[in-house]
Amino acid sequence: MSEFAIRTEGLRKVYKTGFLRREYVALHGLDLNVRRGEVFGLIGPNGAGKTTTLKLLMGLNAPSGGRGWILDEPIGSLSALAKVGFLPERPYFYDYLTATEFLHFYGQLHGIGKDQRRRKIEELLPLVHMERARGTQLRKFSKGMLQRVGIAQALMNEPELVVLDEPSSGLDPMGRMLIRDIVRGLKRKGTTVLFCSHVLSDVEEVSDRVGILIDGTLQEVGSVDELVEQRTEGIEITCEGLDEAALATLPSEPLRRTARDHHVFRAEDHEAARALLAQINAAGGALVSYEPLRESLEQHFVDEATAVERQAREEAAR
Amino acid sequence: MIKVWAIAQNTFREAVRDKILYSLLFFALVMIGSSVLIAELTIGEYGKIIRDVGLASISIFGLLIAIFVGIGLIYKEIERKTIYTIASKPVPRWQFLVGKYLGLLATLATEVAIMTVAYFAVLQAMGVGVTGAMVPAIWLTFVELAVVTAIAILFGSFTSPVLSALFTIGLTLIGKISQELMIIGERSESEGVRMLLAGAYRVLPDLARFDLRGPASYGTSVEWEYVAYATGYGAAYAAALLVLASLIFRFRDFK
Repeated sequence: MSEFAIRTEGLRKVYKTGFLRREYVALHGLDLNVRRGEVFGLIGPNGAGKTTTLKLLMGLNAPSGGRGWILDEPIGSLSALAKVGFLPERPYFYDYLTATEFLHFYGQLHGIGKDQRRRKIEELLPLVHMERARGTQLRKFSKGMLQRVGIAQALMNEPELVVLDEPSSGLDPMGRMLIRDIVRGLKRKGTTVLFCSHVLSDVEEVSDRVGILIDGTLQEVGSVDELVEQRTEGIEITCEGLDEAALATLPSEPLRRTARDHHVFRAEDHEAARALLAQINAAGGALVSYEPLRESLEQHFVDEATAVERQAREEAAR
Repeated sequence: MIKVWAIAQNTFREAVRDKILYSLLFFALVMIGSSVLIAELTIGEYGKIIRDVGLASISIFGLLIAIFVGIGLIYKEIERKTIYTIASKPVPRWQFLVGKYLGLLATLATEVAIMTVAYFAVLQAMGVGVTGAMVPAIWLTFVELAVVTAIAILFGSFTSPVLSALFTIGLTLIGKISQELMIIGERSESEGVRMLLAGAYRVLPDLARFDLRGPASYGTSVEWEYVAYATGYGAAYAAALLVLASLIFRFRDFK
């Protein structure tokens, strides 16, 4: 048994578009390894190839080149799909089915017997907070409810690998928290999770490793700590109790003033921050918060995407 | 087969809960009922007119449902992306197509059964006799619908709804006159034309085989061997279309 739940070698996808069948390369030779039991977040700007990657893995599209395996089975094979649960982006389901009928249907597609389906549905509906909507037709569901029932269908077969495309899309903060909890719960059970998301704070919070996909190429893979530089980029000090006269005695002006009449200062490093704090205390101010600033995954992602875009522009200009 | 059954059951359930089919069925029932009025306006052959209009209504409304629901059956799944959650399950694509087909066929069977009950009720109420060929005529109408549904699914598996509607209606109309094409070919003096039209007849559907409305209206008898043969032809033709559709659909990308 391989240590990887997902393994691809040079996976490539070329779409032919328009009347003239112009070629558009959506994915350039993707080499992706997702370990068993890990939560892997795949991030990238729109059109980066994230959804294409998932479609190739799920057998919805055939690769133009390269190979891939899911849980040691070739991608797209029925034996691979039997072990996977998938939630597509902005899912649409059958309008006239009730939540219970819907889950029975997807259970049948996995060949699950009636009694086992019933047990699983009783387990999943509370998990996604949908017990009260079990008899309601899906056409009456909100976007968030559809997303939640969609996650339930992805878990009907107790999958070894769960693939989620933008699971937080259209969800309110409570819904997003629920998704994060479900992903953490799956990880605790040893299930591998691969998910794409634009909500980078969610990715940062639940992923063991993150892959950054830009223009169909995997730019970087690593844990959030590995990707994001650990050095501090300055210290933000928030103080209260400083009037105009006290502010005039300080060596630097505050960055901003908050609605609560707090003043926020910025120091380059801890030493400068300590010196500034002593002066603030001497001027009669009091410390509210002391926050070392680190690069976020979002900032790192934006920097990476901008650099790739700039490089592409320069190459095009040459 | 549990997966084919699940997809067929789901297709049937979706169809019967969709109000569009009820409106078509309503118009069909109105048409069958109005056959009495049409017969009143006609001089002579009162019974034949009622029998004719009723059978024609079952056929026309059945074809409308088969074509317009059939062409959208696959396209809607792709357009609305419901196919994503089905094709990512361990379900071979041919099973999906066959399941959808059987589900629509079950819907058509229900519609034809309801129209038939209404038709016989009208005949009974107007004191018009039921002829022996009526049941085979309605049965072969259903077999024709099965072939037309398979045509719609074939085109729906790789083209847009507009194109598949055009192709399906076109092939259905050609199917209605394919016997005449062969006769024209036989009368032709050119060997090339004869071979071309004979070849076309073998490939094109012969939907006229399923038309027993004449004997049903006039009360002439129909041999059961003919009905069995026509049924076998329809089943084989529909199966061939579904095999072709499955081969195309197997390699289709879902964008």
